[in-house]
Amino acid sequence: MSAKTDVKNYTGFRTLTFVCLFILYAPLVVVTIYSFNASPSITVWEGFSLRWYGDVFTGPESGKFKAAAINSFSIALIAATLATIIATSAATAIVRGGIFKTRTLSLGLISLPLMVPEIVLAVATLIFFNAVGFTRGYMTILVAHIAFCIPFAYLPIQARMQGIEDTYEQAAMDLYATKAQAFRRVLLPLMMPGIISGFLLAFIVSLDDFIITNFVKGAGVETLPTAIFGSVKQGLKPNIMAISTMLLALSIVMVTLSYVVSKTDNTK
Amino acid sequence: MAGGAATGGSAAADTYKSARHWLLLPSWLVLVLVVLAPVCMMLIYSFLTKEFRGGVIWEPTLAAYDQFFFDRGLFGDDPPKIEWTYITIFWRSIWQAGLATILSLIIGFPTAYFIATRPERTRALWVFLVTIPYWVNLLIRTVSMKFLLRDQGPMNDFLISTGLIDDPLRIVNTNLAVQLGLFYSYLPFMVLPIYASVERYNFAMSEAAADLYATKWTTLRRIVLPAVKPGVIAGCILVFVPSLGAFLAPDLLGGAKNFMIGSLIEEQFKGNAGNWPFGAAAAMVLLTMVLILLMIFARQQRRAEASP
Amino acid sequence: MTENTQIAVDVRDAIKRYGDFTALHRISLGIRDNEFFTLLGPSGCGKTTLLRMIAGFEDVTEGAIFLYGEEIEDLPPHQRPVNTVFQNYALFPHMSVLENVSFGLEMRGASKADARTRAGEMLELVQLTQFASRKPSQLSGGQQQRVALARALAPSPKVLLLDEPLSALDLKLRKAMQIELKHIQRETGITFIFVTHDQEEALTMSDRIAVMSAGEMQQLGDPRDIYETPRNMFVADFIGDTNLLDVSVEGIAAGRATCKLSGGHRLTCDAVDGVNAGAKVHLSVRPERLFLSDQPTAAESLQGTVVENIFIGTDISTIVDVPGGQHFTVRTSNSDRGNKRILDPGTTAYVNMEPGAARLLVD
Repeated sequence: MSAKTDVKNYTGFRTLTFVCLFILYAPLVVVTIYSFNASPSITVWEGFSLRWYGDVFTGPESGKFKAAAINSFSIALIAATLATIIATSAATAIVRGGIFKTRTLSLGLISLPLMVPEIVLAVATLIFFNAVGFTRGYMTILVAHIAFCIPFAYLPIQARMQGIEDTYEQAAMDLYATKAQAFRRVLLPLMMPGIISGFLLAFIVSLDDFIITNFVKGAGVETLPTAIFGSVKQGLKPNIMAISTMLLALSIVMVTLSYVVSKTDNTK
Repeated sequence: MAGGAATGGSAAADTYKSARHWLLLPSWLVLVLVVLAPVCMMLIYSFLTKEFRGGVIWEPTLAAYDQFFFDRGLFGDDPPKIEWTYITIFWRSIWQAGLATILSLIIGFPTAYFIATRPERTRALWVFLVTIPYWVNLLIRTVSMKFLLRDQGPMNDFLISTGLIDDPLRIVNTNLAVQLGLFYSYLPFMVLPIYASVERYNFAMSEAAADLYATKWTTLRRIVLPAVKPGVIAGCILVFVPSLGAFLAPDLLGGAKNFMIGSLIEEQFKGNAGNWPFGAAAAMVLLTMVLILLMIFARQQRRAEASP
Repeated sequence: MTENTQIAVDVRDAIKRYGDFTALHRISLGIRDNEFFTLLGPSGCGKTTLLRMIAGFEDVTEGAIFLYGEEIEDLPPHQRPVNTVFQNYALFPHMSVLENVSFGLEMRGASKADARTRAGEMLELVQLTQFASRKPSQLSGGQQQRVALARALAPSPKVLLLDEPLSALDLKLRKAMQIELKHIQRETGITFIFVTHDQEEALTMSDRIAVMSAGEMQQLGDPRDIYETPRNMFVADFIGDTNLLDVSVEGIAAGRATCKLSGGHRLTCDAVDGVNAGAKVHLSVRPERLFLSDQPTAAESLQGTVVENIFIGTDISTIVDVPGGQHFTVRTSNSDRGNKRILDPGTTAYVNMEPGAARLLVD
């Protein structure tokens, strides 16, 4: 289509899109490159090296990072699993439970963690644990993570379930399946891409959280983001860039996975 | 269309109607206990007396809000004057978040429009490209931004080596750095809702406008923009709200002079001079502002849906 | 019909309400064992609602449904020995064709091996044996339709419910499936309850038809009854083409009613219960039961002017204006014999009626 007859496209919009993508990716790319820097200074480039990756695993701070990584991954795994189960159950009620009074209210409640600013949520959770007398530590982080992961797990699951016609379950029940069998044999397999996608997003969100974790963690219990923050506060060091690059790669892999899974259409 | 659908029989699927309350129970339990109850508790704490090393004494008082709005001198017995310190911090937060929102709109709108006008099969990929950075740890993104913008960072090195500038641009620890950081943190939130609106826009309307002698830019202003306004408003809210309460960007990129609400609140709980009731009160003020914004937004969206 | 014909599905005073809206107004209906029964009506008439009530997907607000003498309206769908062929088939996309067809048998407790064997037989019946391991999405629309049929028939239901199963197929395939369905019904001897909005399909396939509109049953009868002696305006208009005339009944004598048209013409037709002298009612005359002539004939005839001849393949449709603002559509078979009676537009013509062609309608 020539520019003359094209009323849709605007000159400059393409350029701005590339500017946008450049801004989004430039910092990440730069940090990734510098994480392979041989120099102990972050300012000077001295050639390619994997030295700082080694430092993350064996250097003076490796013990701290290892403990933080174990905390981060175990919390993300447990929180994402529980949040996904809770979200699947809630989505079934909201998408397949007809119209009922507490439906809108439930939807509002589920999206609450998305609407309340994170810092407010962090303050509220801290105050709550304090008021009920919980000692801050691993468990308090886990409980907070389960709660704010729910909406992230919920959204793809709900979207998926809305795309599945209820005639499938009806057909199953017409063919003598009970409601539970119709759920397990028909609805659940069809929903699987949404559930996996929801789980992966919840996992990333939990792994990435800094603000809430920073508030509810006890002294001595660190996750990767709080450990990184603590280090950054004392100045940018190359090992931080290496660990950041690893986390960055992990996030991208998981989001890509989630994207690919959610695009697979097992109803076709 | 089958008779059942036309009569509303299957308007809402209700296969699991009988179990719905049990199915909702776990989510209610967790969210009420860990989100809703804590927010109410926070409200209560904001009316309690502070304990000096963090925590509260259960004696009701308005001291936290009084401290927020009024200055009663060093010993608390001067006639009350308006306390500007905290109002200034809030005002600066609104200003910073607002500028970040405008910046996001300037870059985000053309991006969203461009993506929405791509052929259908490549569109999802473009959207994916824009969303990936959002899923990368916010802390890592902010640290990366700081690394890039530093006085001796790669950006300044590059600009000096090309001879464009002689002395490094001092960006870190300025308001501009905070705005850039916020913009960078929440840009995908601007692009996605606008993209969704433009994708639904019927481009035959642009052709109709061109047919009726409108220039391209007039068409954009008079036809496209009004049609995608709900998406633009949604995008602005989604960038503005989290920017308002942001902690990492102002803390890492702004330095001590560019304090925002997030840091003010954090200091009350994490710092040594902790004042929990005051922190709770500041959080309440922030929450109230956000909820008012969201309510206005919800009303706007309902109105937009009501009119065809 | 013999004395001992069994009733398969007995719907008694069934009412369906959604809040303030009444979807079905007190329907009573007896569907016989072994018959091909059709629920016919425009969309929103309640036919699908009634079918779904029999299947168990809709509550019955008031009234009862019996299946071979057993009251079933409170049973959940999986406890009713009826199966459904859904409008869009609802084949389970994550299962193979064979798994789809054996699903119902497995749910009824058959062993996996038995279920597969029986499912294989069903696939043979619908000639899809070679597609057993395919996924539904790899089949054409017509093949999917047959899988849906095999799946619903596999557990040997007492009654098979079909919800507009042919509506997604193109015309040719639809015609072929109509005949195949009818054959399968005869072969299996299962009672079929078929829902459609297509009157031609209903006339072609059914033993009996229930015409429905606005949640009420308008007429119940065999296809010929419904077509030739429609009970009311809705049925006459919905089934086939017809000429509807506004008339006032002048008098009734010896089982014949004399009717006056708005233009002053008079016609006689069989009297009908519920229509008395002085009533303003409608008269229905099928276009193929009228014939044209250039001279008055011995039959009842009305003088008018030819407006237009429309060629429609098998027939020629002629529109004739008669005084008083009434149009008639006359259908003449497109044969040598028929063509001789075609008159040019503008010429005077007489519209003649076969005896018994006009039917009085109770509104």
